[in-house]
Amino acid sequence: MNKDEVPQDRKIIHGQDNSLVKVLYVTDQSGKYETTKYAGWDAENLAMSQAWDDIDDKIEQTRKKVISGELSPIAYYMEKSLMDLSTLAQYVGIWKFFVKRHLQPASFKKLSKKKLQQYASVFNIPVEDLEHFPGQQ
Amino acid sequence: MKIENFSHQQSAHCESGVTLSLLRHYGIELTEPLIFGIGAGLFFGHLPFIKVNGVPGTTFRIWPGYIFKRVCKELGITMKVDSFSSPEKGMAALDDALAANKPVGMQSSVYYLSYFPPAFRFHFNGHNLIAYGKENNEYLISDPVMETATRLSAEDLEKARFAKGFPAPNGKMYYPVKASGKKDLSAAIVSGMKKTCFFMLQSPPPFFGYRGIAFLGRRIKTYPQKLDARRAALFTGNIIRMQEEIGTGGAGFRFLYAAFLQEAAVITKNDALLAMSAEMTKIGDEWRNFAYAAARVMKDRSGNRSSYNELGDMLIAISAKEKDFFTRLKKLL
Repeated sequence: MNKDEVPQDRKIIHGQDNSLVKVLYVTDQSGKYETTKYAGWDAENLAMSQAWDDIDDKIEQTRKKVISGELSPIAYYMEKSLMDLSTLAQYVGIWKFFVKRHLQPASFKKLSKKKLQQYASVFNIPVEDLEHFPGQQ
Repeated sequence: MKIENFSHQQSAHCESGVTLSLLRHYGIELTEPLIFGIGAGLFFGHLPFIKVNGVPGTTFRIWPGYIFKRVCKELGITMKVDSFSSPEKGMAALDDALAANKPVGMQSSVYYLSYFPPAFRFHFNGHNLIAYGKENNEYLISDPVMETATRLSAEDLEKARFAKGFPAPNGKMYYPVKASGKKDLSAAIVSGMKKTCFFMLQSPPPFFGYRGIAFLGRRIKTYPQKLDARRAALFTGNIIRMQEEIGTGGAGFRFLYAAFLQEAAVITKNDALLAMSAEMTKIGDEWRNFAYAAARVMKDRSGNRSSYNELGDMLIAISAKEKDFFTRLKKLL
């Protein structure tokens, strides 16, 4: 790519500028390589904002399911922390199988205070947010 | 404390950037393209069964850690590499190394690096950065993809170094301890190119090397049938992100490799590599065209079968070009 063709498209995600100025390898008029900096490119910006749309959607759907009693608050904070079952299981230090059960309100209610505290510290939230799901977005 | 003579430099890619800065600190002057080329960093792989957040994995580079290890081996540099069973030990070892005036490279998770824009902070555990000092409860950080040197709280750094998931960093840290000085740059360059030819041409089918590119091309054509429009767009978007967003220097490291070939031509006094560099630039341009077209298809969201077909054909054409390119490069060496 020639250095004259370098795009400078800001990356606006969640209404905020998330641009990261990066190094790009480009050629000058004689074809010699040099580096330049760029803030973003529409193609990659679109891919990233779409990935976030998908995440935001999943979080919102899970939030609704927690409120309607289909899933436990752990499910919500798992999505909110961008984790999947196996990542969360490794953080908490228990089998994936158990984490999956804890996403169900019935087995979530039986969790000990200690276990809840463990989850809360992984999610970096106060344990009360698990006990009494605030449901805020 | 702060290691005074350490200087931050921004690079395109984290692993080659960390290697560059660490070696430079010990008086070994290289460039990012040379490190990337000698480290045989260029690659391609598409693994539909390894999913990250439900999206199949695509990579344009060799696995994390390989570039660094290979450059050290080729240039006769001994590294001390440690992992730790507990965060306490890992942080204490870091403090000891810094106290001994050694800048330290570390593997980390981007999720906990608070100096990144929020939208970049995913659970990606293969990121590399350097600590070169500590003041109060903050570490002085030289992250090669950042424009300037930055700072990170001890708490965040500990979380980033001991993140869970795949690949778990386990506090991995590394720094050079001995440079033997046997440094035949030409030989290292040729050896790096041979290795990349091997990776691109002879990796097991169908997932890797030039075959992997065509494989992805064939897969992409099936997206509109197999997936709903939304997931099809998400899968496509992920390829673009792997290619451009995560610090590749553009076109999935292809421009970085072209820059390497140009430097290699001078050092090994082989003019044929200049022409190869120009060709690699063209291949890189085609990758950019692909990303541009893919973004358009993604935006459209209609899941139009013929547009996915075109994307697939673009990749199949690039695959043929890379096959031809590395076959001829191999003959030059």
